[in-house]
Amino acid sequence: MRVGLFVTCLVDLMRPSIGFAALQLLEDAGCEVIVPTTQTCCGQPGYNSGDRAAAQVLARKVLGEFKECDYVVIPSGSCSGMIKTHYPELLSDVPQARAEVEWLIARTWELTDFLANVLKLERVPGTFSGTVTYHDACSGLREMGVKSQPRALLDKVPGLQLKEMSTPEQCCGFGGTFSVKYGDISARICDQKCDDVVATGADALVLGDLGCMLNIEGRLRRRGDMRTRVLHVAEVLAGSKPDGG
Amino acid sequence: MELRSRNFKAGVTRSLANPHLRNALSNLRARMVSGRVASVAELDNFEQIRETAKQVRDDALRHLDFLLEEFERNAVARGARVHWAETPQDMNRIVLEIAQAAKVRKAIKSKSMLGEESGLNKYLQDAGVEVRETDLGEYIIEQSGDVPSHIIAPAIHRTKDEVSDLFQQRHGGPRKTDIAELTREAREKLRPHFLTADMGITGANFLIAETGTTMIVTNEGNGRMSTTMPRVHVAVAGIEKVLPTLEDVSFILRLLTRSATAQSISNYLSFTTGPKQPGDSDGPEEFHVVIVDSGRTRVLGSELRDALRCIRCGACMNHCPVYQNIGGHPYGWVYPGPIGSVLTPAYAGLENAPDLPNAATLCNQCGVVCPVKIPLPDLMRKLRERQFERKLRPWGERTGLRLWAWAAARPAVYAALTRIGVRLGRMLGGRDRLIRSLPGAGGGWTAERDLPAPSGKTFRELYAARKRD
Repeated sequence: MRVGLFVTCLVDLMRPSIGFAALQLLEDAGCEVIVPTTQTCCGQPGYNSGDRAAAQVLARKVLGEFKECDYVVIPSGSCSGMIKTHYPELLSDVPQARAEVEWLIARTWELTDFLANVLKLERVPGTFSGTVTYHDACSGLREMGVKSQPRALLDKVPGLQLKEMSTPEQCCGFGGTFSVKYGDISARICDQKCDDVVATGADALVLGDLGCMLNIEGRLRRRGDMRTRVLHVAEVLAGSKPDGG
Repeated sequence: MELRSRNFKAGVTRSLANPHLRNALSNLRARMVSGRVASVAELDNFEQIRETAKQVRDDALRHLDFLLEEFERNAVARGARVHWAETPQDMNRIVLEIAQAAKVRKAIKSKSMLGEESGLNKYLQDAGVEVRETDLGEYIIEQSGDVPSHIIAPAIHRTKDEVSDLFQQRHGGPRKTDIAELTREAREKLRPHFLTADMGITGANFLIAETGTTMIVTNEGNGRMSTTMPRVHVAVAGIEKVLPTLEDVSFILRLLTRSATAQSISNYLSFTTGPKQPGDSDGPEEFHVVIVDSGRTRVLGSELRDALRCIRCGACMNHCPVYQNIGGHPYGWVYPGPIGSVLTPAYAGLENAPDLPNAATLCNQCGVVCPVKIPLPDLMRKLRERQFERKLRPWGERTGLRLWAWAAARPAVYAALTRIGVRLGRMLGGRDRLIRSLPGAGGGWTAERDLPAPSGKTFRELYAARKRD
């Protein structure tokens, strides 16, 4: 099984350990993992900011990068949602790309969805000592149907206890460029998420999207919370040490 | 209503600094959101009903021309008078002409968002017709000289304490703090107006083509009083409100009240078919329906067409993380929240509401609760594309996006630039690996948040190194 790993631009730049954790999980499960070295960005920043032409250029670039793979796996609900739910619309006015788009979206998986439903992992390498709470990032939840998969996988991590928030499905306020353009609203929305996380008393917040991670961790730290760790689900499942953690 | 959407950011600053608003809105989240979940759970096939409701609304929009003429024929046959208004100004003029012809001195009004769009109250008052809002929320708004902040609960931004103060100041007498007592006090103040008004003005939740009926969904009974007590009743409705049959309306109602107020049915459903008929015990002598375009036809022919399915339940705003924190006022017009971020640019001009399509996280909490499946984030994204094309976004933003895309399309350039960028970011992070302050647009992030610093090397570098080993 040849699996293409799309690490995403944020992971590439901010926290490579997430990419390596995903790589390890896939390789441990026996996949032949291909990491195209030309990969950069799925085009979502342009798409969500109205720059359709730029988004199309990047989307067509992605279409060409995974042609030798049986699956494309992405450690992000947001970027996998971009491909799976938005590429057809984004490239609807490029008829010659239609077959390629259909080919790609049929093979694109969010990481935990792939681990749980395609590889059907029985065991995971990671161990954890303490309680975690899981945030359902919006695109993963509402575009990719990621809800039970990460929980089922976390349940296999020895020593890990999951304690749910009161509203784990509530948006954290990230929203891509929204967090910069309307930082004041974004931070206020994030405060509710932080309160919800802290109320669980969990040692770590775990989630599957780096954008939301940076947002929530950044707000927690600014509020003076240096205790609650913020981890990507791949890092927890792989038992890898986060960069700089 | 005066359009103030250009002042969105200033409105946000005011909202976020207002502790009363925060208290008022926390109730919204608690009551409306969890209430809806329970109410929807009463139906075992809610998603199926939603899909059918979407189709019912789409079919109606597809046959709008036929349905509106059918409505007119049937309404006229029952003695109603039907008027057509192209603009909000036309609508105001027509209502005033009806009032003047019938020598109306006082009108009572049940809630109408279309009336808010056209500024109907002020128009009539300036022409010498006294107008009284009779919906409790609208009454609170009227008495405080405020504007609505929600389409279902116009005074949702007011706490009970604020209403206690307001009523004491406006009505005199002892300050009441019990909600039932406050309501009774408003009712006592309103009753004489119901008894002395010459005209009732209502909106219409739906127009029913097969019977020529207008209908409104209310909880307080003021709507029923407005349609039956005065000698003239005027209903104003947008052209998109028409549905073919009573069956369609009863079907859609299963979703409307659950989505709006978490009720399986509202306290009152008032159907008006023609004026008082021989043998009727009550009802108006004259019944007028003003059917208004006011930008709808333009939207019908545009990429925003799906927004016309809206049945005005308010679920999108109740579930919007942005609305939940800033309330409705910063949106600056009649419709706040996600549907407002689409309708305001559509009706009042994209150039007049530059922030609205952007002030959303695209979380789609609105889209998944919308009873008629309006893809609100997709529509906001369409508007963002039009802004980008028309250069309505700041130069810096457009250039930044173009640069990012330019580099990302060239892997070698991208690798070289990001290699420098992540090292710089790592340095800025210092010992605790947190960036406390960023220049330029990045300041929007760091004003109230740290940025966890990049780890110092890109994945691509580390992966290449690993491959070499």
